[in-house]
Amino acid sequence: MSFFQPQTRSAPQKQAADPQHQPWVEKYRPKTIDDVSAQEHTVAVLRKTLTSSNLPHMLFYGPPGTGKTSTILALSRQLFGPDNFRSRVLELNASDERGIAIVRDKIKNFARQTPRAQAVSSDGKTYPCPPYKIIILDEADSMTQDAQAALRRIMETYARITRFCLVCNYVTRIIDPLASRCSKFRFKPLDSMSTSTRLAEIASKENVPVTDAVISALIDTSHGDLRRSITYLQSASRLSMSTDPPTDIIPSDIEEIAGVVQSSVINNLATTLGVELVSSDAMDVDSSNGVKAKGFDAIRKTVKGIIRQGYSASQIISQLHDLIIEHPTLSGRQKAKCALAFAEADKALCDGADEELWILEVALRVHKALST
Amino acid sequence: MSLWVDKHRPRVLDDLHYHAGLSARLRALAASGDFPHMLFYGPSGAGKKTRIACTLRELFGKGVEKLKIDQRVFLTPSKRKLDVNIVQSNFHIEITPSEAGNYDRVVIQELLKEIAQTQQVDLSAKQRFKVVIINEADSLTRDAQAALRRTMEKYMSNMRIILCANSTSRLIAPIKSRCLLVRVAAPDETKTIEVLRYVGKKEGFDVPDKIAHEIAEDSNGNLRKAILVLEALKMQSTDLDKPLTIAKPDWETYCHKVADMIVQEQSPQRVMDVRAKLYELLSHCIPPTVVLKTIADRVVDQVDESLKADIMHWAAIYETRMRVGNKKIFHLEAWVVKVMSLYKHFFYDIDMSGFDD
Repeated sequence: MSFFQPQTRSAPQKQAADPQHQPWVEKYRPKTIDDVSAQEHTVAVLRKTLTSSNLPHMLFYGPPGTGKTSTILALSRQLFGPDNFRSRVLELNASDERGIAIVRDKIKNFARQTPRAQAVSSDGKTYPCPPYKIIILDEADSMTQDAQAALRRIMETYARITRFCLVCNYVTRIIDPLASRCSKFRFKPLDSMSTSTRLAEIASKENVPVTDAVISALIDTSHGDLRRSITYLQSASRLSMSTDPPTDIIPSDIEEIAGVVQSSVINNLATTLGVELVSSDAMDVDSSNGVKAKGFDAIRKTVKGIIRQGYSASQIISQLHDLIIEHPTLSGRQKAKCALAFAEADKALCDGADEELWILEVALRVHKALST
Repeated sequence: MSLWVDKHRPRVLDDLHYHAGLSARLRALAASGDFPHMLFYGPSGAGKKTRIACTLRELFGKGVEKLKIDQRVFLTPSKRKLDVNIVQSNFHIEITPSEAGNYDRVVIQELLKEIAQTQQVDLSAKQRFKVVIINEADSLTRDAQAALRRTMEKYMSNMRIILCANSTSRLIAPIKSRCLLVRVAAPDETKTIEVLRYVGKKEGFDVPDKIAHEIAEDSNGNLRKAILVLEALKMQSTDLDKPLTIAKPDWETYCHKVADMIVQEQSPQRVMDVRAKLYELLSHCIPPTVVLKTIADRVVDQVDESLKADIMHWAAIYETRMRVGNKKIFHLEAWVVKVMSLYKHFFYDIDMSGFDD
């Protein structure tokens, strides 16, 4: 027996060391649904279920990083408490095999079990622990149609003892019969106010000095995706902490981490295409020596240079898009033509087309649209 | 006797020649003990793999250089067997899931879970986690990428993932938001020359300015290519001071020939000739995208300014169709015919605006 003892002792120690190196996204996942940022409407509805102990089937949908998974995990934790959590909640996501066989066996078996009567929880708190189980199907939009169809009847048959929560990004990928069985909750992208309060809160807990400029850079680069902005913040703080001596985080760090193309590169491309730069900060020495539309070869050279820098094509296109669409002097017609080019390029890139050819194509079409 | 590319590949972060800022960051990250998932992206030959190897070395010490190659068999849901080659050391494991084609999801799910659920047993190891390197991450299918999402978060304590890709366009947003993005830009000309000089010095000769410039220009930022060319030239003639021409690969001259044929004459007969040549290229396993790009590049050099934009436009369109479609030669041919008709109409001054779509 003594031979085994050191091992059993060392195991919990290792576990305990974990939180330091945990990603902040996991560390600061909301513990209760009241901690969930922004989604007031959904939270208000769900809070009632805590008292009434009745819950419909649910379908959470919305863009990434808006708190869908966090909400359902927090809710089930509040409902069942840490002890019953394991026996009452089944979480399946895209990394698990979720073909039709799994739906028929694993999900059905779990759904069929009648939940045991509630035991007293170990941490002394009382939990509502309603008489049903929750099955969370995370990233449900990557389930096959067949697997979804197999769920239909299961959801109804065991509705008395099991609740389903489907979590997905695109509600259109969920087949109608499933969607109509659930009450839908839309998670909207986070507004900048709640993102900034949340980020500031995390930063102060982690003792990371952040300025307002950094927070706004985080918000700009993450487009309402809280997870992304927290990851960026953590990466930036890692980088700044680990240099010797520790430096403060500056907004350009965030942009580099987020893979944003430097504005000088985009401005240079735009000038080559014949876009007049009007914003005051863009007027550096290079662009002031006359804005004139250049020919094919100049454009090709610029594009080749950008590709060599290794920037991502979709990022370049989206930034060029922002620049042109918000441009004050271009006519509506020109902008429309450019927008068409951007849209087609985006589709082509999603299909896996060659990046260089498509950047060049966009560049040439924008050039053509602007010179006529 | 290994190639110079491998022989003089930097092994530690300090030996890297360019992107000093990036190296400092990588070193700092490796030292902090709080290593994130990472995504290296950049054009080929820019040094992504080298940087990954150096980072691993920084993380785990010399042990990572002891590699062994394993072949693993995975079973698809339809009971088909997949053989996947795995390169691994005690601390990391390297896979190229795109080898498994459409079934890369199975490989990702099984392999990653297996690694994630085992802890590092070697108590003397510097880090508690293992590293999984996924090459060619941009050719992962969407299913496989979706399978990565939650795994990356759940098993963070046991495993870190390093993705290596040419571009981030084809990676889904959830993956990108979970990784620290590292852009590895291609070296510019002066840096390339610097490296060439360094390699020359190690091999015991001086690289003359002129030839270094030529190689750097020819390589177009691809350092691997530059060093290979240097070695080839050195093998050809020991004296690099003499005027030398960098031999273009066969397929490139062949592509140029095809381009010239297109510009010289536009007739059904010519289309058939070009077709035969294209088949020849494809049967030698030259990627159709490369063929199309090389020919298009050559063609636009020889035609009127007003035609250039259109030719590139159609090249882009047909290249996309080639990816989506199945039979590559159809789209290559269609593009050739399109270019010929554009050219002919331009000559006879026929208004083509009706055919713009």
